Amino acid sequence: MCLGVPGKVTEIFEAEGTRFAMVDFGGVHKRVCLAYVPEVVVGDYTIVHVGFALTKLDEKSALETLELFRSVGLLDEELGRMDDAPAPAPASAAEAG
Amino acid sequence: MKYLDEFGDPELARALLDDIARTVTRPWAIMEVCGGQTHTIIRNGIDQLLPEQVQLIHGPGCPVCVTPLETIDKALAIAATPGVIFCSFGDMLRVPGSSKDLFRVKSEGGDVRVVYSPLDAVQLAKDNPDKQVVFFGIGFETTAPANAMTVKMAKEQGIPNFSLLVSHVLVPPAITALLESPNRRVQGFLAAGHVCTVMGMGEYVPLVERYHVPIVVTGFEPLDVLEGIRRVLVQLEEGRAELENAYPRAVSAEGNLPAQAVVREVFETCDRAWRGIGTIPQSGWRLSPAYADFDAERRFDVSGVVAEESSLCRSGEVLQGLIKPVQCEAFGKECTPRSPLGAPMVSSEGACAAYYQFRRLERPAVTA
Amino acid sequence: MTEPLDLEAWSCPLPLRDHPNVVMGHGGGGTLSSELVEHLFLPAYGDSEGVLAQLGDAAVLGVPGGRIAMSTDSFVVRPRFFPGGNIGDLAVNGTVNDVAMAGATPLFLSVGMVLEEGLPLDELDHIARTMGAAAQRAGVRIVTGDTKVVDAGHGDGVYITTTGIGVVPEGVDLGPHRVQPGDVVIVSGPVGLHGIAVMSCREGLEFGSEICSDCAPLNGLVDALLGAGVDVHMLRDPTRGGVAATLNEIARSSRTGVEIVERDVPVPDDVRAACGFLGLDPLYVANEGKLVAFVAAADAELALATLMAHELGAGATRIGTVVEAHPGVVVARTGIGGTRVVDLPLAEQLPRIC
Repeated sequence: MCLGVPGKVTEIFEAEGTRFAMVDFGGVHKRVCLAYVPEVVVGDYTIVHVGFALTKLDEKSALETLELFRSVGLLDEELGRMDDAPAPAPASAAEAG
Repeated sequence: MKYLDEFGDPELARALLDDIARTVTRPWAIMEVCGGQTHTIIRNGIDQLLPEQVQLIHGPGCPVCVTPLETIDKALAIAATPGVIFCSFGDMLRVPGSSKDLFRVKSEGGDVRVVYSPLDAVQLAKDNPDKQVVFFGIGFETTAPANAMTVKMAKEQGIPNFSLLVSHVLVPPAITALLESPNRRVQGFLAAGHVCTVMGMGEYVPLVERYHVPIVVTGFEPLDVLEGIRRVLVQLEEGRAELENAYPRAVSAEGNLPAQAVVREVFETCDRAWRGIGTIPQSGWRLSPAYADFDAERRFDVSGVVAEESSLCRSGEVLQGLIKPVQCEAFGKECTPRSPLGAPMVSSEGACAAYYQFRRLERPAVTA
Repeated sequence: MTEPLDLEAWSCPLPLRDHPNVVMGHGGGGTLSSELVEHLFLPAYGDSEGVLAQLGDAAVLGVPGGRIAMSTDSFVVRPRFFPGGNIGDLAVNGTVNDVAMAGATPLFLSVGMVLEEGLPLDELDHIARTMGAAAQRAGVRIVTGDTKVVDAGHGDGVYITTTGIGVVPEGVDLGPHRVQPGDVVIVSGPVGLHGIAVMSCREGLEFGSEICSDCAPLNGLVDALLGAGVDVHMLRDPTRGGVAATLNEIARSSRTGVEIVERDVPVPDDVRAACGFLGLDPLYVANEGKLVAFVAAADAELALATLMAHELGAGATRIGTVVEAHPGVVVARTGIGGTRVVDLPLAEQLPRIC
């Protein structure tokens, strides 16, 4: 329960006594309350749920996660060449995030 | 959309699925708690792409589905009151109460409006000073900060005609109740990513330790869900039970502290009845005494509401993962999205509706 | 929008000029009604010398022999004005398109209006002029109409009903009976624009975007397809309920199955983004300037080329195939290679938080 969508902060302003932002979701803009993410600045990505930013999206982490997925793919390719060998557990499983 | 599309890449999905296939050597049952994850699974056909031995059980992670029947009936009573503008998320409009739903109330003349955010409801209150504006505040921990801040702002700005009908539910007590259940079949969990964005991961540590189940905090895009499943399976195959974060771009160990602070100020924990499951102690949030003035249940006289659940509806068993929707006798017959008997047939995350929509071609599985 | 409404030119009594809103008398059939017709509707619809100007109870029209296609539709959209158009555009193009989907050449339209007392005449004029311009663009004539007025609070500003008549050329026979396994399913361009444009200004959901309704007349596109000799079996414009509703209706009425590839359905990035944060599925979002065509497999390439050569078909894409399996049901291959049933929407899609 959790439709939280990433968007880019394009403008920050004060309203109703707290920080708000205009967030760009791939071409569509929405006014979002930044009360819970005081560290977010223009240019940051944030996850927005029902009009509130819940966290700054950690871009470095996002890219690492995608890299992880790619490496799973490469590992599978290698394993594909060793048909009957049992699959060792990927090293990434131990990562606690 | 950036940071969204990449997490639906079909080649990477294939890679994760292949790895899952290699990893699995025996049957496992995994539960995804969150309705948003159920939606991703069904909408993308993930459960069909997984190896046969992996069974996904759809948990009670749909706050729409578990909102107590009595609360729905109260909402209907308030929405039908003249002079009230009743605001709700779209999800709630077709959830059946004892005899009707908000859609029906709207068609009978009630002023029911769909909004995107609770802030829209407060704006309506300011724009319509002669009306009472009530916002239906349902949801898990993810939505509570939004509702809390909205009420806080309403109080600070002195908006007299705004109130909240609250029915928040909490994930960890629900998981605990499931794990305590003697019929428990779930061996590993995908924890709800955005719930953890708010609350952090700490609440799940004791669950992992006490019940020795792997719990992986998981996101919502197809690759995120596949990765969450993959990590749970790897742990299960290796006999481990740990808490992992597979959604680090949005989840940290401590969560969002400002949000937790405001939630603690505005809400207090209470027992909550989960529709179809029963009362789970200390599993809900209601407005704290400091904000009692904004409680719609107090502002409107809804004490006479008596809830009556359909006797045919087996949503409780579905929500606990004990049966699949297709195994319910009423599924597809008396109970369809058009005439739902219970909430899981209404919400797009409800297991029953998801099955009806996306799995109509399948014959029901014989094994339970 | 052309020059502002010139109330001075009206010979109506003073009170009307002082209250430039619709009043009950405008629907009464008396002087006020005639004033409205002569000074607002006639100039707006643009048929001053023709049939409309005769102001008969019925329009008598010469129609080439053959089969007549007739369609009627009512328009109640809210808000009345949205990015890319207004209720007037929809009222003309919606009916023109329904007639065109039968393979017919649309010729004439009638316009029935129910106005709410208090509606500003300026707004009515704008809508009427939009309709005149849309009719001209589509090559149809508005030949008759009617106006009624209801008490304030008993209407929703403006309700419009248009009925269209067209002629089906010899040899053209479109319909579910022609649809068969092997047929290729084509959509004439990107989907989701109209529904999202309207939602973007709906109270409680507003968001900023450049998305405009795709409202447009499709008869030119249909003429191009038929003129190129494409073996078209069925056409439909995916309005309410989107592509999903259209495919389901056709699958049911033709008793065939339809399979689509989700990734092939063209959705503009910003429409996808809007759907993303509202929790909507683009397949279910309304379109007002697109068509779905079921064509014989052998003519698929020709159909695509023909559509793409037309300004309204630039983004035409093949999205699926008609199959024998699962008759009446539409199945999609999902982005990551799974399958899902694309069901008939129960009612209007609502934004969700889950």
